[in-house]
Amino acid sequence: MIEVQELTKNYGPLTVVNRLSFHVARGELLVLVGGSGSGKTTTLRLINRLVEPTSGCVLIENDDASRFKPHELRRRIGYVSQDVGLFPHMTIAENIEVTPSLLGWSSARRTERTAELLDLVELPSSITRRYPSELSGGQAQRVGVARALAAKPRFMLLDEPFGALDPLTRDRLQQSFVDIKRQLDLTAVFVTHDMTEALMLGDRIAVLCEGRLLQIGTPQDLLDSPKDDYIERLLDTPRRQARQLERLLARGAS
Amino acid sequence: MIDELRLLPSYLTAHLQLVLFAILIGSALSIPLGILLSRRARLEQPVLFVANTIQTIPALALLALMVPLLAALHLPSIGYLPAFIALVLYSILPILRNTVSGLNGVDAGVVDAARAVGMTPREQLVRVRLPLALPVIVAGIRTAMAWTVGMATLSTPVGGLGLGNYIFSGLQTRNFKAVFVGCIAAAVLALILDALLGLLSRGMHYRRRGLIVGAGIGFLVLYVYAAGSLAAEMLPKTQGPLVIGAKSFTEQYVLSEIVAQRMRDVGGRTVEIRQSLGSTVAFDALRSGQIDAYVDYSGTLWATILKRKGTAPHRRQVVTEVGRFLREQYGICLIATLGFQNAYALAMRRDFAKKLGVDSISQLVPYAERLSIGADYEFLERPEWRSIVEKYGLRFATQRSMDPSLMYQAVKQGSVDVISAFTTDGRILQSDLVLLSDDRGAIPPYDAIVLAGPRLMQEEPKSVYALESLDGRIDDEVMRQMNLMVDEEHQNPTDVARSFLRRLVR
Repeated sequence: MIEVQELTKNYGPLTVVNRLSFHVARGELLVLVGGSGSGKTTTLRLINRLVEPTSGCVLIENDDASRFKPHELRRRIGYVSQDVGLFPHMTIAENIEVTPSLLGWSSARRTERTAELLDLVELPSSITRRYPSELSGGQAQRVGVARALAAKPRFMLLDEPFGALDPLTRDRLQQSFVDIKRQLDLTAVFVTHDMTEALMLGDRIAVLCEGRLLQIGTPQDLLDSPKDDYIERLLDTPRRQARQLERLLARGAS
Repeated sequence: MIDELRLLPSYLTAHLQLVLFAILIGSALSIPLGILLSRRARLEQPVLFVANTIQTIPALALLALMVPLLAALHLPSIGYLPAFIALVLYSILPILRNTVSGLNGVDAGVVDAARAVGMTPREQLVRVRLPLALPVIVAGIRTAMAWTVGMATLSTPVGGLGLGNYIFSGLQTRNFKAVFVGCIAAAVLALILDALLGLLSRGMHYRRRGLIVGAGIGFLVLYVYAAGSLAAEMLPKTQGPLVIGAKSFTEQYVLSEIVAQRMRDVGGRTVEIRQSLGSTVAFDALRSGQIDAYVDYSGTLWATILKRKGTAPHRRQVVTEVGRFLREQYGICLIATLGFQNAYALAMRRDFAKKLGVDSISQLVPYAERLSIGADYEFLERPEWRSIVEKYGLRFATQRSMDPSLMYQAVKQGSVDVISAFTTDGRILQSDLVLLSDDRGAIPPYDAIVLAGPRLMQEEPKSVYALESLDGRIDDEVMRQMNLMVDEEHQNPTDVARSFLRRLVR
């Protein structure tokens, strides 16, 4: 379980995250959604202490995150970002095994784990000896997910992980991710600016604007009773898309 | 050419030792410093400024500065150490700058990922930032390597052995074959070292382990060879070699050979020659025991060591006073007065002097302000020149310092009108120059004298005796001829010395 209490981050006079509180239950996927500058990425990075809060706190399984050493905390939390950030000088296997090797796993155990993970993210085992520059965007992002999962974390943080992919690849990866999350019973926080993606993936959705939490609830809650105009407008796009698709599909069927 | 190539192994080895270890220590200092600077942005500018400043000191000046500096610290001030330290200082900037920019240039997204997967700052450095910055750092080492190979040739005047010995002695004795050999060898060495580093960086770029291992083995072999040969030289020998010093002109090369061969004839100990030392470097080296003997000139010591001004007394008396002073002050013995003088004198073309009707310095004075003088590097800074200016009120339109070997050509071609000449220089006759008489006695006498340090006096009485027997055996004419043999006939100083000694014995 992840719990965020009164979390605030200032950069000089600028307040990026403003007294934010929410919790993510075990096995739940919470999507943080909002426009650029809404503070969603910063919130994510505050959870694994890539950014240190100005005030407030983060609890991981009821333990204050600030009591851990930052690197030890991060080894327990998988992190996937939009630009993937694979290490260009390491092979795919070395990339995936990086956290296990930091934790001192034996090489046999690491190799076994890598094979499992490649299976999980649906990549061929022949890929292990290649380098990141030789992969397509979709493959690289799958490796990114495998790397985040390597040390069997119970928590995952994902920062627009599928944002840079083409729609087809993106859809496939979303599906695999939902499966993986269910299989591994992960507690995850997922950042996106795409409301459709939020509605499709999230168990619950938190809408952020200018560092504040506007509304938090299940996709159904949001669709049924959006709290204000801003959220209404965010929901407008997926609704319109859905109606248009329905019409097209109906015409095709008739 | 064969004579020149005979020296190649020892010069090349010495050059390699200097360059390889300077780069090694330079890297060992610069890379950690660069890592520190990449973490502390506030230090970056000041430290790079200091490194830049060192770089702007001309190479030769930096080397020359090491001599008094090390002497003040009571460290060996000539030979390997000053050259080594100067090269290390010179290699710092390119390696440091590239380390900093290489580390700062690593993609921020990758560094962020390194933090996110749970690396400590140290692990981020070792596993991600350094490996990614390595190609840039190696490029810096390549630059430093090319610079130090070139700069190491300048270590000759501070007594460092190397390919520079070819170039300096070759220029002095106008042995352009030697200069050529020195330049080519330095260029080839630079190319080989650069190719090895190029192999290394290609191997890293294309991830070809074979190339990396190949380059690694190449460097390992070179380093083992350099370290082995250096250790062999530094190994305490039962009796170290005796070292004879020589300043940087032809006559000194010949005289140092005469002294060395004479000593070899009587003793079992090896005798080495350390060539092309700066004028005061040689005296300092003798004083501190880094060389055992060399030939100096009474007037030089009179002015620069005894710091006497005003009209000098008679020849004999200068020698006597210099000898007494050196013995009392430094325990250095004047063991022979060779018989000839190599005085500074002003020389000009015979036809030009005739046209002006000049044969003494006094007569030159009224014309001087329309004339130019060319002098060796030292002359215009020396007390003798100040004394000439004071006594005669001599003032030239232009004053130019140049390499002594080029002065004669310059006066012959008329690009300067008067030069500072050495009275024993064979080229005075050859170039048809006249020496102007010093009618007011501004220039002291310059008897060539053999000086010996305490070690030689105590341990090698036979050598001292052999050198004493040279007393009065070389007159002006003999010296001038020997100089001419080297300068114009391109004979080897070693051979010239040998034939002189052969005549002497007979």
